[in-house]
Amino acid sequence: MTENRRQMTDKAGTVKTESPINKSVNGMNASDIILEVRDLRVRYGHIEAVQGISFEVRTGEIVALVGANGAGKSSTLRAISGVLPFSGEILFEGQPIHRLGSAAIVARGIAQVPEGRGIFGNLTVQENLKLATWNRRDRRAVKDDLRHVFDLFPRLAERRQQLGGTLSGGEQQMLAIARALMTRAKLLLLDEPSMGLAPMLVREIFRILQDINQAGTSLLLVEQNALMALKVASHGYVLETGHIVMHGTGRELADHPRVKEAYLG
Amino acid sequence: MAYLFQQILNALQLGSIYALIALGYTMVYGIMTMINFAHGDIFMVGAFLCFVAATVLGLPFIPALLLSMTGCALLGVVIERLAYKPLRNAPRVSAVITALGVGLVLEHLTLVFSPYPRHVPALWSSATWHVGGVTLSSLQALIIVLSVLLMVLLDWLVRRTMLGLAIRAISWDRTVAAIMGVPVDAVISLTFAIGAALGGAAGFLYALAYPVIDPYMGVIVGWKAFIAAVVGGIGNVRGAMLGGFILGAVEIMVAAFLPSTYRDLIAFALLFTLLILKPYGLLGQPRPQKV
Repeated sequence: MTENRRQMTDKAGTVKTESPINKSVNGMNASDIILEVRDLRVRYGHIEAVQGISFEVRTGEIVALVGANGAGKSSTLRAISGVLPFSGEILFEGQPIHRLGSAAIVARGIAQVPEGRGIFGNLTVQENLKLATWNRRDRRAVKDDLRHVFDLFPRLAERRQQLGGTLSGGEQQMLAIARALMTRAKLLLLDEPSMGLAPMLVREIFRILQDINQAGTSLLLVEQNALMALKVASHGYVLETGHIVMHGTGRELADHPRVKEAYLG
Repeated sequence: MAYLFQQILNALQLGSIYALIALGYTMVYGIMTMINFAHGDIFMVGAFLCFVAATVLGLPFIPALLLSMTGCALLGVVIERLAYKPLRNAPRVSAVITALGVGLVLEHLTLVFSPYPRHVPALWSSATWHVGGVTLSSLQALIIVLSVLLMVLLDWLVRRTMLGLAIRAISWDRTVAAIMGVPVDAVISLTFAIGAALGGAAGFLYALAYPVIDPYMGVIVGWKAFIAAVVGGIGNVRGAMLGGFILGAVEIMVAAFLPSTYRDLIAFALLFTLLILKPYGLLGQPRPQKV
């Protein structure tokens, strides 16, 4: 499966006759694929948590990365965001980003909703949102975006002066998503957005994520809640102890007996 | 009564200097959870830069102050990059030992330059006012006003600017701050620069107020300012200011109304009692568990 993927990108690589600046725009295949990960490996001391995985996210798509605890899902997202040392190649809109620092990666258009939400408990809701605009110079557009996310999450608007640490779990998850939107990301990486939330809230979060996707943002979704993730994803990958063991459309995987048995109970 | 007012003025002068130094400890602790024990020696370097500005360079007041502040800011950044950054993920005790070592290096480098105490000439032709038995020198007024001005500026920076937002975010969770696009290394260096600049300003003002300086002057003053930061609640900017003024007041008042040989004994007994009552310091708070 991964071999097929790699061949495809090789073909895409041969199209590069144009100037490097236009490459991602003119190379048809390259512009289709917003994120491409090749042979990613992450080590923690002697343990290799991610053992050479390759996958891709097409522009406008929701891709789910599902697997049990410790399969290497979070490590993959942290590597993409540039906060974890790794080997392998990561291309965003056809450009390599694996040598960039985390700040530059955010500036390119990748934002993450981190595991455990990562809300700054000592900052107010509004300050949490403002922090994510560190790289932006378009102050007026930031104000518009702030209004936009408060429209999207009225609960946050009510609590804008409250400290992040005083929010409920569901509100914190909404804040984490809103904060990622404030970077004007083209690709959102979501690490377990359903974790610790009541089923009704999980549905609401997923509905919001689908809305965000409809509005044009690509999503890479990491989940233990495999059924929910595969339902909304156009493609999915199943991760087991650092390897991709299965790949297909979201529907194929959700219906696959092995996935059903292992993850859906 | 006049005596009391006089002592209040003295307490404000000493307290504002402690407060400026305490800010450096608290800012570095806030962002890195590390005690920068070299900070007292950065203060000392600020005092010696004041001496150099006043004697060798013959600079007027404002440029001399800026020299002390920028010189110490640069020193702070160099120390952070060379000595602390490589230890960011090492055990805390390694960083603390390194900080003590950096302090010794600064002391002995200064010792090479100046093996005996120096007298700092007045940069300021100080006027003196007498109001109802209270004596106020313009230097004393300047020290208090300038310190308070710097503290207000810092408070505004931490609470109201994007840089302050980034500093507070990093102090909560460095990795998430990085994920949000904050250039963490640059912000940490800037924090060191700001803390060291305030320490430099304190050294400068101290050298003018108490004009005999030596390479070890930063040790005791540094320890005291560190205690002031802890009493105020280390990591808390307003706490450091409060702690500095409290320490200044306690020291001056004990010396003014009790036998002065007991000054430090009584002053610190009082401060430690305060810590027993408020273990996180006056304005410090135990950090709530992350959900």
